[in-house]
Amino acid sequence: MSDTHAQTVPFVRDTMLPAAPPPATQAGAVRWLRENLFSGPVNTVLTIIGLLIIWFLVSHYWDWFAHSVWNANSLNECRQIIIDTWGEGARGACFAVIRERWNQYVFGFYPPELYWRPTMTFGLLIVALVPVLFSASLTIRRAVLVITAIATLTSMIALGSPVIWLAFATLVLAGGFVASERNLGWLLPFSMLYPLMGVWFLWGGSVWGPVFVLVGPVLGWIAWRILAGRMPVIAVLAGVVVTLLFWLFLSGSAAEDAQRLLPMGIEAVRSDRFGGFLLSVTIGVAGIALSLPLGIVLALSRQSDMFLIKSLSVVFIEFIRGVPLITLLFVASLLLNYFLPPGTNFDIILRVIIMVTLFAAAYMAEVIRGGLAALPRGQYEAADALGLDYWKAQRLIILPQALKISIPGIVSTFIGMFKDTTLVTFVGLYDPLKSMSDAVRANIEWKGIYWEPFIFVGAIFFIICFAMSRYSMYLERRLQRDHK
Amino acid sequence: MTKSVFLGTVAAATLIAGMGMAQEGSTLAQVKERGELNCGVNTGLVGFAAPDANGNWAGFDVALCRAVAAAVLGDASKVKFVPTTGQTRFTAVSSGEVDVLARNSTWTYSRDTDLKLDFVGVNYYDGQGFMVNKELGVTSAKELDGATICIQTGTTTELNLADYFRANQMEYTPVNIDSNAEGEQQYMAGACDAYTTDASGLAATRAAFANPENHIILPEIISKEPLGPAVRHGDNNWGDIVRWTLNALIAAEEYGVTSRNIEELVRSSENPEVQRLLGTTDELGAMMGLDADWAKRAILASGNYGEIFAANIGEQTPIGLARGLNAQWTQGGLLYAPPFR
Repeated sequence: MSDTHAQTVPFVRDTMLPAAPPPATQAGAVRWLRENLFSGPVNTVLTIIGLLIIWFLVSHYWDWFAHSVWNANSLNECRQIIIDTWGEGARGACFAVIRERWNQYVFGFYPPELYWRPTMTFGLLIVALVPVLFSASLTIRRAVLVITAIATLTSMIALGSPVIWLAFATLVLAGGFVASERNLGWLLPFSMLYPLMGVWFLWGGSVWGPVFVLVGPVLGWIAWRILAGRMPVIAVLAGVVVTLLFWLFLSGSAAEDAQRLLPMGIEAVRSDRFGGFLLSVTIGVAGIALSLPLGIVLALSRQSDMFLIKSLSVVFIEFIRGVPLITLLFVASLLLNYFLPPGTNFDIILRVIIMVTLFAAAYMAEVIRGGLAALPRGQYEAADALGLDYWKAQRLIILPQALKISIPGIVSTFIGMFKDTTLVTFVGLYDPLKSMSDAVRANIEWKGIYWEPFIFVGAIFFIICFAMSRYSMYLERRLQRDHK
Repeated sequence: MTKSVFLGTVAAATLIAGMGMAQEGSTLAQVKERGELNCGVNTGLVGFAAPDANGNWAGFDVALCRAVAAAVLGDASKVKFVPTTGQTRFTAVSSGEVDVLARNSTWTYSRDTDLKLDFVGVNYYDGQGFMVNKELGVTSAKELDGATICIQTGTTTELNLADYFRANQMEYTPVNIDSNAEGEQQYMAGACDAYTTDASGLAATRAAFANPENHIILPEIISKEPLGPAVRHGDNNWGDIVRWTLNALIAAEEYGVTSRNIEELVRSSENPEVQRLLGTTDELGAMMGLDADWAKRAILASGNYGEIFAANIGEQTPIGLARGLNAQWTQGGLLYAPPFR
């Protein structure tokens, strides 16, 4: 018996085998390479071609980068240093131009003793944006605010900011931190006031100008309050009209009178002193902040049942989208002068911001319309079934979903618009990419330099645009509500 | 009540606009009221107009703006420099954005008539030339048959090139470029055999090369490029002011008036022409609405024509341009200021 048993079950293992490492081809780097780079004949060929291209680029340009010179005062000095260090015939990049002209690339021709003002404005911009951009995560908020505070204050000290403004910036930054820890809502009034404050910090001048701009909406609110009880629609209209009339006809002269009675202000800086990234970021931020609300209004108007509003917005959107941005900029800089009474001084940067905003808003409207169209019909009907009026339905149900769908498109429009700010070169403003580089080259010390400014400016643009793109992905993840 | 306020504001706005229109006639009055001269310049051209690291403008064309500002406003620093591109420069003049355009612009028939500009004189006689690599073995532009040539689009040089090659029955392939910097880059990279632009620009470009001795500028000058300041059609008095400021700078060199000896000459010069120029006798300034010292201030701003030339583009500078056609008529050049009488 025992023999039979031995033949049917010759061996029964009573201990488990120890786990063996996977075969070499199925583990670690080798496996990753096989799966990602050499998974088949086509992929293998593509990988080899890719490697060849990389090798070609590196072998051709590596010496140029490796021989970079960062300390020189002219292109000829650069060339001499390269020859002295690497021998006759060697070539190298001359990034010394960036080092020498750094201030010009960042601030344009802004008065050097006032460089701290744009720096502070930028720092406070981030504080103003925190409640809008990072409302969900205390950790991110904390990190952003701490880094902003350190960077802003150290640069302001390094740039020789007056103590009083240093104290002001510290106060705002500390206030922002406290608000972010306790109650983010406290920061919203600051965010609302920031545009006016930022404009005043950048352009300077009398403090009464922005103060009286603020008085306009206050008067409008009073007008609305007085009439609101009796005629609600007229009241809204009256509020808007009072505000606009005050801005158009009274605020300017009132500010001048106040300035005469009680002179208060900071040194004014004219628009022709703006340039470089200061100009790009100013136009970009203003354009982004203004084009989103305008785009939403246009998208809703285009969906509207009211014939006039619908046709006007269709005409506006199609007209602006059908015209190149450069045409609009030329109109802003040249044609407008023919129509305005001679002697009017309509700030060129303001004109450009208006045109860039209109341009971006038209694209924005179509992106958001895409989001509105993607919402299932049931959402609109559900809003109606709940008895919500048009504005409440849009605010509570339609727009939050439509905007969430549109995030990638919206951010693409933002990124495109920010890069388009370099087109202001055609109307004689000093954008960092072309005008500023040409101005640098127009000095005999740097004449003949070509790639280095492009590489530098391109790198900065990449950092800013990449940050925007990463933020939009973070936002998409945060707002994800569907099944994962 | 609201209605009357509204109508009142509309009326006031119209009135203000009307007053603005009334002033349109006189550029001189506008400049004086503004307290600042709007001068259209190049966005950046070595030696002619360039902002330094602090945004202070300097250059050959810039010096003319400063001289006009000194003559009209009494202060050479009261200039707002408006950078203009090749596309926007003439519109900027006719739309009134700038009072003077001093932007190395060629005086041509159609620009003077059709574009409604007034070129008031010539501050630099330029001409179009060619630069080639020495290794090409070319010594004359006549040998450039079949060459690829880097050429800036939208300029008079583009048209001259076509004219010249057609006149000499030669063929060429143009490589279109957008700016001087791009042209240098293309030329150095070997994308074209020859680079053509104004001779002054070629000299500056060559001076900035790593090995200038490897490149030669061919002897042929194929076009006339009289570069001069331009003003708007229709305000003759303003045109006179700019024209005679330029003439004053040229005449000052002819009579040996420099920014260094001018104070002494005001006191002691016996030359009646110099006396009239500097306003010690006669009242020339009043004839165009300026005071007697206008020319003296213009010369003091950055020196006479010769001093401006030497400081910005002359042989002592890295650009190293010889006076050539831009010498006084007494020295065999073309500079010839009409008499101050």
